Amino acid sequence: MSRKLLLEHINVPGINTLEVYRQKGGYRAVEKALKTLTPEEIVEEVKKSGLRGRGGAGFPTGMKWSFLAKPEGVARYLVCNADESEPGTFKDRYLMTYIPHALIEGMIVSSFALGAKVSYIYVRGEMMPQIRILEKAIAEAKAAGWLGKNILGTGYDLELYVQPGGGAYICGEETALLESLEGKRGNPRIKPPFPAIAGLYGCPTVVNNVESIAAVVPIINDGGDEYAKIGIGRSTGTKLISASGNLVKPGVYEIELGLPVEEFIYSDEYCGGIANGKRLKATVAGGSSVPVLPANLTLKLANGEPRLMSYESLSEGGFATGTMLGSGGFIAFDEDQCIVRNTWNFSRFYHHESCGQCSPCREGTGWMEKVLHKIEHGHGTMEDVDLLWDIQRKIEGNTICPLGDAAAWPVASAIRHFRDEFEWHIKEPIKSQSQNYGIANYATPIEKAPVAEEK
Amino acid sequence: MSEKVKVTIDGITVEVDNGTTILNAARQIGGDIVPPAMCYYSKLQGSGGKCRTCIVKVTKGSEKDPRPMPKLVASCRTTVMDGMEVLNITSPEVLEARAGVVEILLINHPLDCPVCDQAGECDLQNLGYEHGLQKTRYEFERRTFERIDIGDKIQLHMNRCILCYRCVFTADQITNKRVHGILNRGDHSEISTYIQQAVDNDFSGNVIDVCPVGALTDRTFRFKNRVWFTKPVDAHRDCDHEKCNGKVTLWYKGADVLRVTARKDQFGEVEEFICNTCRFDKKATADWVIEHPTHIDDTSVIASNHYETLKPLHVIQPNEALQAANEIELHKTVKY
Repeated sequence: MSRKLLLEHINVPGINTLEVYRQKGGYRAVEKALKTLTPEEIVEEVKKSGLRGRGGAGFPTGMKWSFLAKPEGVARYLVCNADESEPGTFKDRYLMTYIPHALIEGMIVSSFALGAKVSYIYVRGEMMPQIRILEKAIAEAKAAGWLGKNILGTGYDLELYVQPGGGAYICGEETALLESLEGKRGNPRIKPPFPAIAGLYGCPTVVNNVESIAAVVPIINDGGDEYAKIGIGRSTGTKLISASGNLVKPGVYEIELGLPVEEFIYSDEYCGGIANGKRLKATVAGGSSVPVLPANLTLKLANGEPRLMSYESLSEGGFATGTMLGSGGFIAFDEDQCIVRNTWNFSRFYHHESCGQCSPCREGTGWMEKVLHKIEHGHGTMEDVDLLWDIQRKIEGNTICPLGDAAAWPVASAIRHFRDEFEWHIKEPIKSQSQNYGIANYATPIEKAPVAEEK
Repeated sequence: MSEKVKVTIDGITVEVDNGTTILNAARQIGGDIVPPAMCYYSKLQGSGGKCRTCIVKVTKGSEKDPRPMPKLVASCRTTVMDGMEVLNITSPEVLEARAGVVEILLINHPLDCPVCDQAGECDLQNLGYEHGLQKTRYEFERRTFERIDIGDKIQLHMNRCILCYRCVFTADQITNKRVHGILNRGDHSEISTYIQQAVDNDFSGNVIDVCPVGALTDRTFRFKNRVWFTKPVDAHRDCDHEKCNGKVTLWYKGADVLRVTARKDQFGEVEEFICNTCRFDKKATADWVIEHPTHIDDTSVIASNHYETLKPLHVIQPNEALQAANEIELHKTVKY
């Protein structure tokens, strides 16, 4: 069994209440941080731990904290990004539902480290039950003196608020989240200035994912050096993976980073293999925005080495043969799944969720969706595949926020790795409506030298 | 913050104030290297960054940190650093990306220029002429909206809108009470006065001037004439409104003033906003003191039959290398 830091007590009955959470060693980190450490020391511990942002981009959290501007007389804010809406990702919801106090404890420690007197948890609007759970947990913590004025007699005040969002995917982008939190339309801001300089209400702000904040708790309890020992290379610690798709046991798993992908899919401790005895065709390793990979490239690097679940190993080979860890939304497709249909589905999502602020994303996502719809429903032509490639190239990198890139990458990677499936849909318009392309050579094991999958 | 910084755009070095954006630095040089801007408007705070037509490539970040920027950047919102090197029209990558943006801007545009009042002075038309494709690759139905009358003077034709947000910023900043904004999201976003309430403000007419396309048009001028048949002259009057100075351009057809607009500079931006009384109600020559014919850039279709002496760009004069490169043009200015 690998080490569990966040989900260690997930199966303890009543862990969502303060009483049981305390019995299992909860709020030790708050006591330790507020009574024995200075804010600078906490930031230093987090830096030492090598914790990287769990929301998708993987930016080192300690570094982000140290960038926070600290002008005199200006309030600072910590905002927790619980607007988890990436298709395939549901780890934050799980964490908030079952161990809400882990998040609240992390929020107290992090707010203390950043000197924030008011902190917000911005929860996606669809997660109404989780909002109620968090509000109940905050009320419990406040009644027990963990929040409010003069926490533990140390003179530190903290108010924690839960803010429901409207349910837009774009509000998971940090500046759009801040706009939405301020009560405006959730459009991403143009950077610079970054939120660390001018964020919420123009004040320095740090925006962190739920899991990043919860991970601060074990870092403070055990020390940053201890945390850095888990994992591999620059990917330290444990990560929650939301596994979904054609797996025997889909669900949220806590893994130590550096676990081989093959073990994650096939071992009984984790997903337990592909459901119904089918073969794996493709995976999306980190939520819908990351490139989709065929089975052989998922399990092995282009040079035949096993691929590991870590920030570096998953992105090994760039976008030509790699993908990204992203937010940890692991989706597996078996041999009966259609990549074209899946790409269209993702594209439809991004079309629906584009905020409409900058032109390439606003118009381009809709265009891609229409072309993919046409191909999927048997009306495509060969030029359409090239057209799609051209459109995604014009969106990627030319937009204000990463939603444009997120919309372009799945399409680009699907064409890069599964071009023959697209072409089959075009050549066999009638057959493709009732049948699937099947697994083809996508699971052919990679031997040694890099295979030429590049277009 | 007052010290000057040096920035090189397409090989031409210019000294600008610290904190200037790349776009404004390019405008100080002038000429072809100025990136087109559909959404940026120097008079409106917070505008820009949305249309992505002004993207440029930064090949050298600054003297201190010479790394190039990883992506193409929006020049209207990126400030210059000392020693920055920027490529605009000399970079094929930028031109290709810009052509892509233009194509994307046009996929849902109705291309009804033959019946559009903005034709001839439309930024999107100029942009499409310079960077667009011969034919569209978009073969689906374009999104359509109903036309909306905003009060009795302005009409909103959402089909043509490119969502530059200029009118939203105008409503926010020039008029006292904001009554319009964006509804919906993605490619269904639309400019709307809240529940189609009339914009009732002394300065509301300025949204017509800031609109880069024909989405907001003057109902007193609709279908009266094509702009290239009209003759613009600069004029002024003593306006009672404390914020309006009454400096306008009158557009004549024969002896009639067909419309009144604010004066626009060479980048298509109004010099000063004018009030609705000047714009909509004063349409007789007797109301105005006429100054002189309006300068129209010779690339514009309105400039046909206008004759002006060629003026070399001011950056050419102090720079000998540029003088040598532009010898023929300089010779022409001396001759005529």
